[in-house]
Amino acid sequence: MLEGKNALVTGASRGIGKAIALELGQKGANVAVNFAGNEEKAQAVVEELEALGVKTFKIQADVSDEASVKSMVKAVIKEFGSLDILVNNAGITRDNLLMRMKEEEFDQVINTNLKGVFVCTKAVTRQMMKQKEGKIINVSSIVGVSGNPGQANYVAAKAGVIGLTKTTAKELASRNILVNAVAPGFIATEMTDALTDEQKESMYSLIPLERLGKAEDVARVVRFLASDDANYITGQTIHIDGGMVM
Amino acid sequence: MADVFDRVKKIIVDQLDVEESKVTMEASFKDDLEADSLDVVELVMELEDEFDMEIADEEAEKINTVGDAVEYINSQS
Repeated sequence: MLEGKNALVTGASRGIGKAIALELGQKGANVAVNFAGNEEKAQAVVEELEALGVKTFKIQADVSDEASVKSMVKAVIKEFGSLDILVNNAGITRDNLLMRMKEEEFDQVINTNLKGVFVCTKAVTRQMMKQKEGKIINVSSIVGVSGNPGQANYVAAKAGVIGLTKTTAKELASRNILVNAVAPGFIATEMTDALTDEQKESMYSLIPLERLGKAEDVARVVRFLASDDANYITGQTIHIDGGMVM
Repeated sequence: MADVFDRVKKIIVDQLDVEESKVTMEASFKDDLEADSLDVVELVMELEDEFDMEIADEEAEKINTVGDAVEYINSQS
């Protein structure tokens, strides 16, 4: 499905990013595994990808730092020869009530989760324009659509990603670069593992499908958007949330 | 001088798909050669590759005509 395609996934050492990297690899894409701090986990993802028989390597970069992103993109193009798919997944949380949120907490989340998408997108655009083809998939969040108490910074960033997706889609459509977002709802990760049964029950009451999503549920939609099956879709945000927000 | 102009002309003809005769030193990318903003960005990228140089965004914004591009390239070599 993605044989011969070359992909870069940011924040791919764990969680949803890891699932996306593996899903793209399983469908034949070569995958560059970006990580910020956790080299060991990134290496484990690389080894899983190698076992699938695709080209892969890990590469450290802080997505909010333009110089470091530029050299990452250069390295990926040098290694693979082209860059067909960018998945902007890297993200952090610094949850706090608005009244208690520090300026620093707000800035950190905006820098990684929103500015990071801008920086990475800008860095790959030159290559994709030359190829006259490219797919960019941004991982937003359902809370970017609905809002969520305690996450003013995260929600602002994720809502920003949706706006950025639409604008980039319009600017680059004439060059056949398609830009879409996915908005995951409650997905089972290390983060949700920490919740009590009571917290989980109250969460399920908000989800028509009455269960948590899996990282693979998100990864499969990203793989679809990255494939030729989605060649007439751009500027969209696909909710993967068990029907939580309609 | 002529050499640079010929190389620039070739890129413009390829990129913008225009008649060679329309590409004069005075021709404006947007007004005479029907380029949109993104076409100009793309053209600057091609020029950077062809002449193996980096054109800063502030400089690129000043390039409006074929002559501007040729003069900029000459000033850098």
